[in-house]
Amino acid sequence: MSSTEQFINPQPYKYDFVTDVEMDSLPKGINEETIHAIWQKKQEPDFMLDFRLKSYRTWLTMQEPTWANINYPPIDYQNICYYTAPKKKPKLNDLSEVDPAILATFERLGIPLDEQKRLSNVAVDLVFDSVSIGTTFHKKLEEAGVVLCSMTEALHRYPDLVKKYLGSVVPAGDNFFSALNSAVFSDGSFVYIPKGVKSPLELSTYFRINDKESGQFERTLIIAEEGSSVSYLEGCTAPAFDNNQLHAAVVELVALDRAEIKYSTVQNWYPGDRQTGVGGIYNFVTKRGRCQGAYSKISWTQVEVGAAITWKYPSCILQGDNSVGEFYSVALTHGKMQADTGTKMIHLGKNTRSTIVSKGISADKSHNSYRGAVIMAPRAENCRNYTQCDSMLVGNNCSANTFPCIEVGNSSNQVEHEASTSKLNEEQLFYLRARGLSLEDAISMIVNGFCKDVIRQLPLEFAKEVESLLTLKLENSVG
Amino acid sequence: MLIIDNLHVNIDGKPILKGISLKIAKGEIHAIMGPNGAGKSTLAKVLAGHPAYEVIEGSIQFEGKDILELEPDERAHLGIFMGFQYPVEISGVSNADFLKAALNAKRKAHELPLIEETAFQQLLDEKMKLMEIRSEFKERHLNDGFSGGEKKRNEILQMAVLEPQFAILDETDSGLDIDAMRVVARGMNLIMNPNMSMLLITHYQRLLEYIEPHYVHVLVDGKIAMTGNASLSLKLESEGYDWIRAGQLEETA
Repeated sequence: MSSTEQFINPQPYKYDFVTDVEMDSLPKGINEETIHAIWQKKQEPDFMLDFRLKSYRTWLTMQEPTWANINYPPIDYQNICYYTAPKKKPKLNDLSEVDPAILATFERLGIPLDEQKRLSNVAVDLVFDSVSIGTTFHKKLEEAGVVLCSMTEALHRYPDLVKKYLGSVVPAGDNFFSALNSAVFSDGSFVYIPKGVKSPLELSTYFRINDKESGQFERTLIIAEEGSSVSYLEGCTAPAFDNNQLHAAVVELVALDRAEIKYSTVQNWYPGDRQTGVGGIYNFVTKRGRCQGAYSKISWTQVEVGAAITWKYPSCILQGDNSVGEFYSVALTHGKMQADTGTKMIHLGKNTRSTIVSKGISADKSHNSYRGAVIMAPRAENCRNYTQCDSMLVGNNCSANTFPCIEVGNSSNQVEHEASTSKLNEEQLFYLRARGLSLEDAISMIVNGFCKDVIRQLPLEFAKEVESLLTLKLENSVG
Repeated sequence: MLIIDNLHVNIDGKPILKGISLKIAKGEIHAIMGPNGAGKSTLAKVLAGHPAYEVIEGSIQFEGKDILELEPDERAHLGIFMGFQYPVEISGVSNADFLKAALNAKRKAHELPLIEETAFQQLLDEKMKLMEIRSEFKERHLNDGFSGGEKKRNEILQMAVLEPQFAILDETDSGLDIDAMRVVARGMNLIMNPNMSMLLITHYQRLLEYIEPHYVHVLVDGKIAMTGNASLSLKLESEGYDWIRAGQLEETA
């Protein structure tokens, strides 16, 4: 089995193990002291204390959003641990200094940490509970001038860059969860691509929630300078616990003139028990990219197949003239999962273009909603959007909804919206099986055909694995 | 080759086939005709292994093997092919990829090496030429947006590529204009060989003008009411099915 296969291949949910490592945790609950303590533990620059406290105070004034098509019992924010980290030496110079138990965890997950995986051309940053554990391939990236490091490290090494861009795309007060994240985020990834540089490697972050009581609040910031380009992939898993865990991340992307950022996600958090729905991750994530420069491009690709609840709308602000935003999404729900996901394309610059391709698959008793907004400001002329939004239902007890919103500010713009709903039915399966395909191959062919336009956007080595992941997830729901 | 013995089939508890017996030998073409709702399509689907149909009595043997317990794909691997009356549409999957997967599934079941891309393309080009299908069909999504006639031609193309021993063609002629019918029938005749058998299910006699069956069976109300030779289809064309129904009533009375 290849490492990528191990990474996303769950049958049954194979990430169901807990790693025993000595942890350094803050007591549960949140108040200004918690914020101070996080800031102190991380020995951050002064501006961060201000940033965090302001965010916390904003959060206190905000209400948890209720507009999404999801249902869950109230979250007790005082019953969450906001900082937990493996006890470790103050500074790690080398991956060999990382607690072997943690490295063994990543090994089990198939994360390519060792140098022999250099061939796979993936550099990985690992976030274990809240803290970044190590970054691989430092050297090769350094030679190219590309920075891939933990947010904590970035705050020490590149405080000015972080200060300039942190919160510039997703302000703390943007929404309830982004405010909470801004107050308490403990780590995440930082990527900086200098002017004119094409990143020589696919960059990748791997997130894992290990602790039962902890929330994960990571923060990712990617800055692509003029004429640069980068492809970044993140993956997520967590062990199976009976309680629900909160994951409230914020991702900010900034693309300057002619820069290109491709951001791919394979989210496979524990979805809760398939029959009872007990447990699972609450995934409340704010992702947004700013195409700040002319001719810049930001492309989101997401494959969301885990988490009990997904609330996530990777968006693009198309500020630079002629900039391009893309959103390709597969959201698969089964068991009692609930997903409310989609995108916002905000056209501010002239001649900006956006493409939205969303594929929702719901099985068992799950609920799957697409929510999207295409907004073209009055001064944004000659803009175009194409939206395609397809739902596939498996069985009779699931639901699929689409909530599109289109606002066009002037008549030179062009907006297209196509939508369809289909059923993966017995007749399709019978047809393929009557031609000699096994049940598994028949499901795979139908589902991957349905998701093809999205899957082909993924980095090549992941596309194949995602195909088998989708098939595995659906096998128990069909036939 | 195929022996159906006293086959009783229900769907949702309702009897559809009520004791069908039929023997089809190698090299034979049989036609099944009959009014709507007689159970013709049910028979086709039961032979191919559709899961919704419940066989409550009787047996189906193919080449001496009881196939009732076999999954549809296992039956396909034995060489049974069903041409669908309503081929389903599957988007995102090209015709060529689908055919290659189907062919390789069969080869794998027979422990043959998988077919190479170039060899497959050659085979496909050859069969498409035979079926008078334009090469753009390779990349079109499986039956997606095909006209009725295109879908039926595509079924015959699949049969040509998969080279079954036994083909059930369920109303392959319906929805075809006369030119398309000629092409489809010509294809069927080209595929037919002495080691193969066919069961043609049809409403009309038209198709049988191009492909002469050895036997014509008339299916009425879940039973084979009459068996004859090709001339029977002509009589049915001119006189309909009522006289057979009347005959059945007399028999039971």
